[in-house]
Amino acid sequence: MNTPMIEMQVARYSPERDSQPYLQRFEVPVKPEWVILDALNYIKDKLDGTLTFRWSCRMGICGSCGYMVNNEPKLGCATFLSQYLPGPIKIEPLRNFPVVRDLVVEISDFLEKLKRVRPWLIHENGNGAGEYLQTPSQLEEFRQHSMCINCLLCYAACPISGLDPVFIGPAALALAQRYNKDSRDEGAEERMAILSHPEGIWGCTFVGECTKVCPKHVDPAGAIQQYKLAAAMEGMKQFLMPWGHRQEER
Amino acid sequence: MVNKETEPIFWTLFSAGGVVAALFLPAQLFLFGIAVPLGWVHVPTHAGMLALLQSPITRIYLLVVCSLPLFHFAHRFRYTLYDGLQIKHLNEMVFAGCYGVAVVGTLLAAYLVVTV
Amino acid sequence: MSRAGQARAPIRPSAAPQPETAPTYTEFHPRWYRPPISTYWWLGKSAYVKFILRELSSVAVAWAVALLLVQIRAISSGGDAYTRFLHRMSSPWMIAINIFAFAFLMLHSITWFNLAPKAMAVRIRGIRVPGLLISGPQYAAWIAISAIIFAVVLTR
Repeated sequence: MNTPMIEMQVARYSPERDSQPYLQRFEVPVKPEWVILDALNYIKDKLDGTLTFRWSCRMGICGSCGYMVNNEPKLGCATFLSQYLPGPIKIEPLRNFPVVRDLVVEISDFLEKLKRVRPWLIHENGNGAGEYLQTPSQLEEFRQHSMCINCLLCYAACPISGLDPVFIGPAALALAQRYNKDSRDEGAEERMAILSHPEGIWGCTFVGECTKVCPKHVDPAGAIQQYKLAAAMEGMKQFLMPWGHRQEER
Repeated sequence: MVNKETEPIFWTLFSAGGVVAALFLPAQLFLFGIAVPLGWVHVPTHAGMLALLQSPITRIYLLVVCSLPLFHFAHRFRYTLYDGLQIKHLNEMVFAGCYGVAVVGTLLAAYLVVTV
Repeated sequence: MSRAGQARAPIRPSAAPQPETAPTYTEFHPRWYRPPISTYWWLGKSAYVKFILRELSSVAVAWAVALLLVQIRAISSGGDAYTRFLHRMSSPWMIAINIFAFAFLMLHSITWFNLAPKAMAVRIRGIRVPGLLISGPQYAAWIAISAIIFAVVLTR
């Protein structure tokens, strides 16, 4: 049987050798069941063992294999090779991140931002004491935003993340909103103090691309706009009735 | 000027202005910018327009339709300049320019509708 | 300021990351490549072009308000001023600009109504109200308001 071949143009960057990345061409067979990640592994196994890229679970849950595929952020394990026939396919590291080597990007900046939004249940009386019951409809409030796998495709799609390095960014803000909407959480006020800043929710201009590229349908753009609406109402309340605010704080 | 306390207020003005602009401005511009000049509809008489302008409801309507959309413009244009031209370092100037337009426009609108 | 050679410098959790494009040296990752962002980034993708057009519709909004202010002034200054205003509005350039601005106002209205359901998560009995039920009434209000403006002005 004749397997069709496709040209892959893969970004290479060696910090020791190169001053900037360049594209290297490979011919890869297109098997019907193959995804981008299979093609990259084929290159590493058969053509050039020095190609460096992150991957782990192969089933769209670890969030490691995000690359720019023909200038679109995609999960390598969830993107079929055959849809790009006749090719070529350009594979580059995720945009808006510093490149460590080849397709591997540096994400410690994101991890630091993630921590800053306090993405955990905040409870006045200490966590873990007793049960916190939740109805299915209460779960439904935030379930969508809780599906995030931190693959960072949304950061690669968001122009503001690239332009404004202090902007907290889609995934972290969506995750903050996921906990705000959780009926067991009491940290909304605390997070609002951190995120109602120009580099927090207000930095977002609702380009909406984060939502379009999200492989888990988390809808960060929607989450951030809803957060803005809540913050604006809170802000207006404080602006119009500054005296009423003190008593509300617990 | 752009901080935690002010941004919710500017965003609220932006949103309110966006709604007002979306609902009222297309019809307004279509009538006097396109339909009347091209002769698609008859030209409203001066006496009729003046009478319309002198009604208190029209005055309030015009003040709202002039003011809020300018704050919508100020917010959007400010961010477009920051991001599109990458001139975040001119922050203060862009801010003053955009909201300056909105405040001056609002004062002008207030003056005009009061002195009709 | 190159930090070349400081291979043992600790990783900084970049709360305020350096915007510099020159590679910097840090522990573990000797040199990072920071791709520069073009001033014309918004031409890079059709979605970005649409976004920037949507944002620039705010200029048309300001233009429409400016015309409205001029019109109010003309009407209140008397019949001659009103005639002069009408005359100026019917110059070909003015009509061309206004058709252009009107197209942007339509873009603003349509994108605004379409995006509203995303910013408002309305829930009734735990079920999220579908977007059409939020944007639908806004479109209806738009049509009704436009009709009222037409009726009020055109009976003058």
